[in-house]
Amino acid sequence: MTASTTAEVMFPRPKKRIRGRQIAILVFLGMVALFFCVPLYVMVVTSFKPMDQIREGAIFSLPRIWTLEAWRFAWFEACSGLTCNGLRGGFWNSLRILVPSLVASISLSAVTGYALALWNVRWAGSFLFLLFLCAFVPFQIIMYPIIIITVKLQLFGSIWGVALVHTVLAMPVLTLIFRNYYKDIPADIIKAAMMDSGSFWRIFLEVILPMSGNILIVILILQITSIWNDFLVGVTFGGVGAQPMTVNLANMVTVSTGTVSYNVNMAAALLTAIPPLVIYFVLGKFFVQGIAAGAIKG
Amino acid sequence: MPRVSFEHIVKKYGAVTVLSGLNLAIDDGDFLVLLGPSGCGKTTLLNLLAGLADVTSGRIMIGDRDVTDLDPKDRGLAMVFQSYALYPTKSVEGNLRFGLAATRLARAEADRRIKWAADLLQIGPLMARKPAELSGGQRQRVAIGRALVKHAEVLLFDEPLSNLDAKLRTEMRLEIKKLHEVLHPTVVYVTHDQIEAMTMATQIAVMNGGEIQQFGTPDDVYENPANLFVAGFVGSPAMNLCDARLVARSGGVTGELAEGSSVDLSSYGFAGAPVDGQEIIIGLRPEHFRIGPDLPAEMALTLNLPVRLVERTGSDAILSLSYLDKLLAVRIEPDAAARMKAGQTVAVHYPRTKLNLFDARSGRRL
Repeated sequence: MTASTTAEVMFPRPKKRIRGRQIAILVFLGMVALFFCVPLYVMVVTSFKPMDQIREGAIFSLPRIWTLEAWRFAWFEACSGLTCNGLRGGFWNSLRILVPSLVASISLSAVTGYALALWNVRWAGSFLFLLFLCAFVPFQIIMYPIIIITVKLQLFGSIWGVALVHTVLAMPVLTLIFRNYYKDIPADIIKAAMMDSGSFWRIFLEVILPMSGNILIVILILQITSIWNDFLVGVTFGGVGAQPMTVNLANMVTVSTGTVSYNVNMAAALLTAIPPLVIYFVLGKFFVQGIAAGAIKG
Repeated sequence: MPRVSFEHIVKKYGAVTVLSGLNLAIDDGDFLVLLGPSGCGKTTLLNLLAGLADVTSGRIMIGDRDVTDLDPKDRGLAMVFQSYALYPTKSVEGNLRFGLAATRLARAEADRRIKWAADLLQIGPLMARKPAELSGGQRQRVAIGRALVKHAEVLLFDEPLSNLDAKLRTEMRLEIKKLHEVLHPTVVYVTHDQIEAMTMATQIAVMNGGEIQQFGTPDDVYENPANLFVAGFVGSPAMNLCDARLVARSGGVTGELAEGSSVDLSSYGFAGAPVDGQEIIIGLRPEHFRIGPDLPAEMALTLNLPVRLVERTGSDAILSLSYLDKLLAVRIEPDAAARMKAGQTVAVHYPRTKLNLFDARSGRRL
């Protein structure tokens, strides 16, 4: 045979067939998907129905008249406790809690993790072990002391108090995550930076932080979800004026007077759940692309 | 005054002693290669000089400054790493500029130096690229550039060529040698590759087990190895080492090889008086063997040995001869190798002037 350039198929591969095992997997995955999708479907359609149709009881039926009235009511007018300003107050509170606690917890733990991983810190090993233990202390155990501390600091019942508690609680785990990530940065790069600059902050800001894209995205998703979805810290430390959206929502749906407005409750629950979802969609894309792909290997 | 000196350096990691009382001085403008097998302490010594590890005791001087307790950035050193250690998120130019981070240079001077290094290493067209977009050789150039822009008194290299393929390694070897000839920095270069050591060094320190086995010029280390370790480590194929017994009589000094033939040692420059009956090891370099018939100098030894293998590398050829229970390597001309066949017996001769004798017990050169 001489070498030929024609696209003639010489050795055709057998076509792949769907096997029984694959069908089983597909069926299983389909059932799991339904398990999550059916309640979501009910929530979404209910939130767009007027109460008249909901009272008919057909929860799977589509709305006869699509209306945003429930969403508007949940956002602007729904009563939570004595105030009837809807969820927007809680939303802004949540946002004002989220931003400072995100910034504080991530920056503090990144710097601490960097120092522990790459600089000679005395007692670093013992400190890490302590962090490890702290990461497993249930919040409920230390809740009362923390309440007293925030009262003494005159932060109890304020946005800053809730943000502070979130920051402190997140520190052990985040520091460990950052430390382990930075430990994997090749030693030679740090050695080179020590010889080139030798400045703790300059090396962090110019060399290490730009290499942290991957882990920052992971931690951002982790933190945003956990802080936004938190109920216990918010209800304990938020007092009356600094309640996050989740607390607001809970007060709204556990109303004990009058009829239960299912459409408003569903809309309110969806409104509360939207921000983390948006974060998943926006950052998840970056995460999959791996914005720092190959950053470590150089 | 030496440019760099190590004085009584001791380095321990916990209970493990890596270096015990090491002394070494490097003159200004020298290209010192620290040569040794892995784990011999050569990289540790380099890290101590760079300040990336602390000495347990001892003193390190650069010029007339005691740098033992200085931070790495304050020692006036630049280093090229085995893994290049380029900052992955910075461009080539950013990498070079960060090399000047500790120096607080004026912007114009920094620009001038970066341009100078880029021209010298021909990396000008790559300045905007990231390290991930460069080939191995280009990364190595950038790493060298980052070290050069500092105009450091002493340049350190930590096995810089071992990640490159064979052809690039040869090129970069030449390049570094040229740079040294043009710029004349003091260089400390760590490697386990003896070819690199032989070709680039002005001084070689052969290390093993945390101690300097021999310190001298490449020729000195090659031709007059100080002990059995250096003899076996430097040279490829390695020096042939044959057990023998020294016979010192009135008629002259000879060595009796284990298989019976005798070696004429009368013209060997003994360091001390030869002792009759001493157990010795005779070192024979593969390339000094001659095969008949016309022999240029007087021969110390003639052996008739069967050929086991013929290895031809193109430029030369290595005969492996059966000698007792081991193989004796002999380098010959490729033309001669073409006539050799396994099993055939060949007479090889070794000149008097190229002998190396070692004490079998202490391993030291006689």
